[in-house]
Amino acid sequence: MRAITKIMAAVAVGSLASSVQAAETIEQRAAACFGCHGEHGQSETAYTPSLGAQQSPYALIQLFMFREKLRTFEPMNDMTKSFTDDDLQKFADFVSRLPKPQPPTDVGDPARMQKGLALAQANHCNSCHNADFSGKENVPRLANQREDYLNKTLNEYKDNTRHGYDGTMADVMGSVSKEQIAALAYYISHYR
Amino acid sequence: MRISSSASRSLLLAGAFIGVLSYGAAAQTASPPAAAPAAAPALPPGSPLIGRPDNEAAQKLAPVAAPPIAAAPDKLPMDKLKVPAGFHLEVYAAGMPNARSLALGDKGTVFVGSRTVDKVYAIINKDGKREVKVIASGLYRPNGVAFKNGTLYIAELSKISKIDNIEDHLDNPPKPTVIYDNLPKDEAHGWKFIAIGPDNKLYIPVGQPGNNVLHDKDHGQIRRINLDGSGAEVVALGVRNSVGFDWNPQTKQLYFTDNGRDWLSEDVPNDELNRVTKVGEDFGAPYCYQGNIPDPEFGWGHSCSEFTPPVALMGPHAASLGMRFYTGKMFPASFKDQIIVARHGSWNRTHKFGGDVVVVHLNKDGTVKNIEPIVTGFLQDNKYVGRPVDVMQLKDGSMLISDDWNGAVYRLSYGKSKVAAQ
Repeated sequence: MRAITKIMAAVAVGSLASSVQAAETIEQRAAACFGCHGEHGQSETAYTPSLGAQQSPYALIQLFMFREKLRTFEPMNDMTKSFTDDDLQKFADFVSRLPKPQPPTDVGDPARMQKGLALAQANHCNSCHNADFSGKENVPRLANQREDYLNKTLNEYKDNTRHGYDGTMADVMGSVSKEQIAALAYYISHYR
Repeated sequence: MRISSSASRSLLLAGAFIGVLSYGAAAQTASPPAAAPAAAPALPPGSPLIGRPDNEAAQKLAPVAAPPIAAAPDKLPMDKLKVPAGFHLEVYAAGMPNARSLALGDKGTVFVGSRTVDKVYAIINKDGKREVKVIASGLYRPNGVAFKNGTLYIAELSKISKIDNIEDHLDNPPKPTVIYDNLPKDEAHGWKFIAIGPDNKLYIPVGQPGNNVLHDKDHGQIRRINLDGSGAEVVALGVRNSVGFDWNPQTKQLYFTDNGRDWLSEDVPNDELNRVTKVGEDFGAPYCYQGNIPDPEFGWGHSCSEFTPPVALMGPHAASLGMRFYTGKMFPASFKDQIIVARHGSWNRTHKFGGDVVVVHLNKDGTVKNIEPIVTGFLQDNKYVGRPVDVMQLKDGSMLISDDWNGAVYRLSYGKSKVAAQ
């Protein structure tokens, strides 16, 4: 993980240098994102989220939080530190236009899918995040997000090591167990 | 028996409140709703989804988050915000992401807290110009600010700190020093408005840790401490989530706004405006809301008559936040010693309500006569173009209004002196 971080930091520094050059299109500037987050909205990198079709207002909030170090992950903090407000908005809009991530080829173990569905309903995930987990406005798209990233993130919300923008997810995850989080992550990543 | 007795009480109160809600027909409903469906199991106590009915209309509602970026001064919704004839609204300062509570320094500095970012801002008047500076950062949900005798007090989610002689150190302020941290750490209703009373004590709300929950003795209250952090004492109980209070300049009684619970129905409960007449008074949450609605779950075994009813109903899910008594001379005489309240606006309602600043007119005995809008238009086509959080009077009698949606502070003035000193 440390090695990955170093590589990503290097990528970040490279992209910063190039972003200073004027007249680059958002597509050209976004090439640096694809190295980790995948070129077509779908991440192939462990613990790194797919960005495709993410809600723009949510993406904007996250990019802002990275720039302000309200959310700490060194490569992203470096990547965004010289971004203007306008840059943040452009990147948020850009990722929202990428194709949405595809479900994995395996349809998922029926018993585990059933368990995850029941948990998602009991916890009303399908309320704010929509019945199809497409999200809305400041509430992110979850459908077919990477399982490892969902698992990690829900645990971070649970122990409040990842501070949400408004604290809602810390409240929601407080009494959801690690086992239940794993079941939710499996279900949402395999959602069809 | 229960239902009929509470219904007659609600009629009685509805009578008492006639004229209080002179607009917003839906807000006038005071009859108890049908019991909400039982909450789904497994929801943690802090979950905003507690009590959410399982239907399509409810599924469309979610807490609204402000955009993280402050609007550029030329993008502020000034053409949409309306004030009564004779009043004037202008931009006082912009570019402060998530601008929330306001406090005024002795030398005219305006301090601004925030909730979703980590900063406290100062709007500094210097050589006839206004300038915004970050005077503290790296704080956790520093929503509350208060000022007394040169010292700035800051309320984070679970601690109170201070910076002495702040106005002499605006260019290089020292880090805040913690004076009190014996506070719960819950995210839900954990951010704090603070103010210093006529008794020279600092008042701190501790909200209930969720939408509608039973809790321990350290939540659901307003407490006060000495300015050195000592002598904590509970002043009011049954407080769900108060984000604004002030003292009646005539009676010195504490008045506070309190946000009503979510998911009971579209039209009730209303937010409350409460008056504390004795230390330790209980205002009902989570057993009774708006003085006449027993909670369908926790109201069993209780009666609303056990609790102090509100002096005014402030509208359903309206998020009535910052409030101050108007003691200036600039506004018309009818504003003297009346309460100006910022209503942040609802999320838990299909047709959003609030998103305005209102004046609450009082009778001589301190009860409420009526409520009138004074700044409207933050809500356009059921969407926010701004959300007022706090109000604060300047020395010249004009009122500042913070807007966390746009990261701006506006100045409301009346009569000829239209523009604040640049």
